[in-house]
Amino acid sequence: MIRDTIILRVVIKLLLPAILLFALYVQFHGDYGPGGGFQAGVAAAAAIILYGLVFGVSAARKIVPQKFLFSLIPIGVLVFSGTGIVSWFFGANYLDYSPFGSDSKSGQHLGILIVELGVFITVFSTMLAIFYSFAGRSEILSLDGDTDK
Amino acid sequence: MVAAVIGVIRSRNLFVVVMLGGIYSFLMATVMVALDAVDVAMTEAAVGAGMSTVLLLAVLGLVKTREAPLRHSPFIPLLVCFLTGAALIYGTLSLPPFGRQDTPTNQHVAPYYIKNSVKETGSPNIVTAVLASYRGYDTLGETTVIFTGGIGVLILLSTSRRRRLKQSSDEDSST
Repeated sequence: MIRDTIILRVVIKLLLPAILLFALYVQFHGDYGPGGGFQAGVAAAAAIILYGLVFGVSAARKIVPQKFLFSLIPIGVLVFSGTGIVSWFFGANYLDYSPFGSDSKSGQHLGILIVELGVFITVFSTMLAIFYSFAGRSEILSLDGDTDK
Repeated sequence: MVAAVIGVIRSRNLFVVVMLGGIYSFLMATVMVALDAVDVAMTEAAVGAGMSTVLLLAVLGLVKTREAPLRHSPFIPLLVCFLTGAALIYGTLSLPPFGRQDTPTNQHVAPYYIKNSVKETGSPNIVTAVLASYRGYDTLGETTVIFTGGIGVLILLSTSRRRRLKQSSDEDSST
């Protein structure tokens, strides 16, 4: 990994909040503009991965701990499928969000937000977990080689 | 895009290949924008150009960056590629012309979505309305696919890692 490049370090630190903010914008503005949970999850994961590429995976693990990340993967799917079960309790069909709000429009709105959040969590954590496991392997390989440590 | 593809084929340096792949994805995203599919363009830019490039770079950190010389003749794979491409192009010949009103894709449920999605879901973005509300089951399935794929990769990588750790600790104890 590149550890000694000051330009990369400074630029990444400047870009990181912007990328995360853009991811959140894509996430919550998905109703009105292009985008949604999938794109936002990938963008947010890319931000953390960029940080991990420049500062090392252990630094990225400080932002998003690995155990927390691994538990996020099923939580996203559970949020999505749980939304459908909540609609059952309202007496509606599975994944019908109409009864969530005072009228069907606001209910649909809320439902779409929650479901997109589930997609976001799953995509974000899966992408980042794949990166962690790849990068974790390189750490183990370098430990085996005992070249620089 | 053609130049990027030829570069990918010709180059032996895998780093260059990964970068050209990213360029190809960005060009593909611009094609999607030209076709007014902004959501798809965004996904292509984020996943194709961003995420897969970064993941491939992470892999390149593990392996050599030079492609190994070919051990077998490239003619059979080339033939398979050409046959598949020819079959796909033959398939597109019977597609209706792009943007025609009376095609099945524009006649079936699409007019309903266009007419009613704002009224029923309050979401001005029809793509989001279709994805999350009308076709919620499909999106749930997609999320589950991502979940399953991620779990599969994690299982593959983490078992070999544990073995590796065990191996190295064995070597430490033996020496």
